Amino acid sequence: MATTSGPLQRAQTRLAYWLVAPATLLILLIYVLPIIVVFAASLTDYTLVSDYYEFVGLDNYRKMATDAQFGNALHNTFVFALLFLPAAFVVSLVLAIAIQERKRFRSILEIVYFLPVTSTLAAMALVWSALLDSRQGIVNGIVTSLGFAPLNFLGSEDLVLISLAAISLWSIIGFNMVLFLAGLTAIPTNLYEAAAIDGADHPIDKFLKVTWPMLGPTAMFVAITTSITAFKLFDTVAIITRGGPDKASEVYLYLAFLEGFEYFNMGYSSALSLVFILLILLFALVQAVFVDRRVHY
Amino acid sequence: MPRSDHQAPRPNRQAAPTAVCRPSCPGLREIIMAKLSLNKIGKSFGKTVVLKDISLDIEDGEFVSLVGQSGCGKSTLLRIIAGLEAPDSGDILIDGVRVNDTAPKHRNIAMVFQDYALYPHMSVAENMAMPLIMARLPLHARLPLARRLSPAHRRHKPGIQRDVAEVARKLHIEHLLDRRPAQLSGGQRQRVALGRALVRDPKIFLMDEPLSNLDAKLRMQVRREICELHASSGLTFVYVTHDQIEAMTMSDRVALMHGGSILQIGAPNALYSDPDNVDVARFIGSPEINILPGVIENGALRAGDISVPVRLAPGCKIRSGAVQIGLRPEHLVLEKVPELAYPARIGTGIPLAFRKHTIEDLGAEVLVHGRLAGHPDHEVRIRAQKSDAYGAGGTLASAKDWEVRINPAHILLFDATGSRLPTEPANSDREAEPAAMRRGLRQQAGLA
Repeated sequence: MATTSGPLQRAQTRLAYWLVAPATLLILLIYVLPIIVVFAASLTDYTLVSDYYEFVGLDNYRKMATDAQFGNALHNTFVFALLFLPAAFVVSLVLAIAIQERKRFRSILEIVYFLPVTSTLAAMALVWSALLDSRQGIVNGIVTSLGFAPLNFLGSEDLVLISLAAISLWSIIGFNMVLFLAGLTAIPTNLYEAAAIDGADHPIDKFLKVTWPMLGPTAMFVAITTSITAFKLFDTVAIITRGGPDKASEVYLYLAFLEGFEYFNMGYSSALSLVFILLILLFALVQAVFVDRRVHY
Repeated sequence: MPRSDHQAPRPNRQAAPTAVCRPSCPGLREIIMAKLSLNKIGKSFGKTVVLKDISLDIEDGEFVSLVGQSGCGKSTLLRIIAGLEAPDSGDILIDGVRVNDTAPKHRNIAMVFQDYALYPHMSVAENMAMPLIMARLPLHARLPLARRLSPAHRRHKPGIQRDVAEVARKLHIEHLLDRRPAQLSGGQRQRVALGRALVRDPKIFLMDEPLSNLDAKLRMQVRREICELHASSGLTFVYVTHDQIEAMTMSDRVALMHGGSILQIGAPNALYSDPDNVDVARFIGSPEINILPGVIENGALRAGDISVPVRLAPGCKIRSGAVQIGLRPEHLVLEKVPELAYPARIGTGIPLAFRKHTIEDLGAEVLVHGRLAGHPDHEVRIRAQKSDAYGAGGTLASAKDWEVRINPAHILLFDATGSRLPTEPANSDREAEPAAMRRGLRQQAGLA
């Protein structure tokens, strides 16, 4: 800091440290310390039901490599993300573009699509589970009235992840759409006018030459936050399917929850959580490094 | 217009500034002409009327400025010409063809925006290539991945690059081609915007306040460059500005707009020395014209205690009544200072008593603020040579009461609504300076 170290400078430096101390302390307490504790726990065989524990080194991490449940959860999470991510991104972008060009109903449509975001997903999960019920659900009522056989949306191993993806989609579209709308509004209109004079007045050209590149930073933000949402899928699984049928919807965080709070394997659960954090960090990092350079000018 | 192939040699515009022939379809020669006609253009936004039946003819190769205060409709008119805005009524004709329903890209116009509207995610070269890519490549050859497979993309790419490089060389921005707009200075961005407009070989060049984001020094330089560009390209230019100096110095003709109408259109000097309207007289000219109230009765113009014979032209609507007198600051000539008996020059014209308030030093000349006797409520500006204003050894600067003269031929008369009253030139200076008036002046000078 200061190259000259007079009494005044030293007093100022001391004051600066005092001023940042509360925030630093809070960050350490709330974020850093828990991670350290989780890491320490992941090196033990600590269980919730016993005070006795032993240091087991990296055994918990080694266990993952051979644990079929871990592989299954990882697989389910990625399948879910593959179903959910493109739809959550593309549908909200298309909606945002469509709504932005409306003059009259724009605010009404914005509110309608944003409503699910304001609701509590845990409560809505119950509603969805009623709607998608294989026997009394309204959705199946519509399916059968159209002449198809009823579908077991939440009870079939093939359909359950699709159904969960649809529910998550419903809950996030409004949020992503509002983000995209903000990005679209920030694009200067005279760029579109310049494009029209330059000959780029076809909707595809307008999108490719102006909208998409100018939306870059927003799109990256949406992509990262939506990916994290996909990976941390938990509440609908916990409330509607409890990982079923036959572990077909047992996703990563639900497995970590089961291991920790149902089977009481806190050590293993901690290891799972830590790996989860690292995965997300890695994912965001890759996106940031590869995409960031291309979206900011 | 069918575009000639990019391999065709570019026409040398310098050689033939107004009508350029170049090969187009086999057997046909196309003459690039661009006469722009606006016929009773009207436009409203909601209840606000922005343009009221604007009619305007712009000849091929002409440089016309639309000038006026903000909100006068000049930008809207330009946007209507460009096709970015549709008029509510009236026709836009380019070379006699109605283009109201023609998309901007098919009007063969180029536009430079006030803040340049460069694509921030593209390099300078890509920005400039944009109009060419759009005009020469089919849609599939413009798509991000498909274009790599497209033969059209391969075939046209060298031509596009060559044309961009040529325009870049002309504008001295070759070294900037790889940069992004964010890495450029204001003047460089301006040049890139010009380049992007030029590269497509337009018929008509539209500019919306292109200099307003530049600093004063750069503005002068770019102003000259645009004039040179106009001269060398021979294109039709329509230039929107709020700066009357820009309009006066650059244009062949100036159209002064006010409240959605064109008040007057003409050569810059005509607007200055022969304004149709008091608003035109006020807007054109810096420092602003002095406007004083007066009355015409019995063939004489009375202002304060001074009266001057005035001959209204035969076609003039009113013969008497309240009028507005326009005096250009440089037409009030410093004559003498009574208390110092300082004769600056042997002047002609009507002598007027003037009480000086402040002197603004503009460098080569000075701007003197003060009041004419009989008009205590109207501040009057006089533009004078520095030597005249300060006198020998700066003695004049201290004197408060001056005598200035105005040649009656320089007096501009407007009626109460602001319309110009045409006058006939006075026969001689002597006639305009009767002895009785001199007496009146002396008395006022004594009072002042």
